[in-house]
Amino acid sequence: MAVYFQKREVVVPGQLLAEGRYRPSNGTYDEGGKIYSSLMGLAELKGNTVRVVALDGAYIPKEGDLVIGTIKIVAGNNWKIDIGGPYGASLHANNALRRPYSDDISEYMDIGDVVSAEISAFDRQSGPFLSMRERGLEVLEGGMILEVSPAKIPRIIGRSGSMINMINDHLKIDSVVGQNGRIWIKSPDIARVRLAIKAFRMIEAQAHTSNLTDRISKMLAEDVAKLKDLEPSEEPSTEIETVDEEEPAPKPETEVSEATEPKPEVEPEAEIKPQPEAADETEEVVEKKPEPEVSTDVVIESDDKPETEEVNE
Amino acid sequence: MSPEVKPDFLISPEGLRIDGRRPDELRPIELKVGVLKQANGSASIRQGKTYIIAGVYGPRELHPRHLTLNDRAYLRVVYRMATFSVPDRKRPAPSRREREISMVIANALKPALFLEEFPKSVVDVHIIVIQADGGTRCAAINAASLALADAGIPMRSLVPAVAVGKADGKLLVDLGDEEDKYGQGDVPMAIMPQTDEITLLQQDGFFKREELVEAMQMGINSCKYLHELQKDALKRVYVQKTSDSDGEEFEDDLETDLGDAEIMGDE
Repeated sequence: MAVYFQKREVVVPGQLLAEGRYRPSNGTYDEGGKIYSSLMGLAELKGNTVRVVALDGAYIPKEGDLVIGTIKIVAGNNWKIDIGGPYGASLHANNALRRPYSDDISEYMDIGDVVSAEISAFDRQSGPFLSMRERGLEVLEGGMILEVSPAKIPRIIGRSGSMINMINDHLKIDSVVGQNGRIWIKSPDIARVRLAIKAFRMIEAQAHTSNLTDRISKMLAEDVAKLKDLEPSEEPSTEIETVDEEEPAPKPETEVSEATEPKPEVEPEAEIKPQPEAADETEEVVEKKPEPEVSTDVVIESDDKPETEEVNE
Repeated sequence: MSPEVKPDFLISPEGLRIDGRRPDELRPIELKVGVLKQANGSASIRQGKTYIIAGVYGPRELHPRHLTLNDRAYLRVVYRMATFSVPDRKRPAPSRREREISMVIANALKPALFLEEFPKSVVDVHIIVIQADGGTRCAAINAASLALADAGIPMRSLVPAVAVGKADGKLLVDLGDEEDKYGQGDVPMAIMPQTDEITLLQQDGFFKREELVEAMQMGINSCKYLHELQKDALKRVYVQKTSDSDGEEFEDDLETDLGDAEIMGDE
């Protein structure tokens, strides 16, 4: 009937955490009625459940996780996708494309493409299987991937997405956070990408401290102000007209919000400078729904990638 | 290379050892966690003049595939000595001794790890002896166990290890190089301190039964002390990080509850 740790204390493997009517959960084990930590992490008591939140660790897939992966192999009806961690995932064409689809599925997604997907099944026998059926799961065009420790992802998302929304708001960037420790960042300019990386790295380094959201917010507010001083805001953007003529106009906002709930004003923001990437945006949109357009679009885009040609031949 | 000479005595008339230690005294030990940037977990140990770095990679995909274990992760330990770690240059090819010590270390660590949480994968532990001055296998276990904890591999407990030996008829804890070479015996051992389970016990040289029992008791006591040092080294990493992030902000108001954040993340 005793608990031997303070709330969110840093504990080490083998440390006695509790005795008596407590229930062991993640990061702990039970031996002879006593609960010990099995990880280095922060101990927490929720009701009568003791758990340890790891400070580090490889990504272990869990059903329902949103992950960001890179296509490694196109094998018949499957894409083999690297999602980090010890297990390579596979994505069957049926779970990503709408039928009928062409025999050569590399027309739709090819080696090197980065996708957001959901873990649809994973157990000890069979490796993780992905699905891209959900809304907002798509090929991620442009932007960059930042790798952080998967253990810090909960903190980067924050309670109900508070942290990531705050960062998106401040920087006016697009981002998708995968549970596997990858963050996709797309921003109209490099300076904001740098700030985003700085913010994510800071969260990673200080994930075990509290009041982090406020500190990050303050830092970003200051840095964004500095940015504005350097280059006074450009002419209002005219870049979104292409998006409008395509059928699923409101897509780009809602899609990403599925994962990370960034505020809707990402796209029409005035200070986004006109960029060639605007075209990518539309491709991304088209990717989703209308069947015939999907194929044409992807083919066009894949033409400029050397690997595609090799595979197609 | 100066030819090594056998010291006249290993225990001085005052009952002190060659480096001035008492028989049950460990060498000064310095443990550091997180010394390698690229590794998932790492640790270094300085024990007297012995200096060892351990790095942990994984759990990750196992290659070659035929080594795969379907019910748990494969623990692959590679113990290597740098060519410059000993007075006479060590030949760089892996020796029989290195392979054996790798296996022994893997066996000493395995009972403490929950490898069954990562079936089909591999946990790589790379141990490099930068400078050898006796007791490298035990020091390597100490460092490897810290590196594994740093990598976030679930384990029952840290694994401290120490060698007990005999020189000039006296039992000594934590043998140095000369005591190892010119003494009469050596008992390396590793334990899991919660349960006092012994995960490594080797012996070379001659011991009477009572001597061996006493040596093991001395070893267990020293391991418990080492265990405290290990726990301390692990915690220090995070205490440091907290203090240099401008402030005392740990545990004031819990505006972001970790548990909730994680639950949200799952959705």
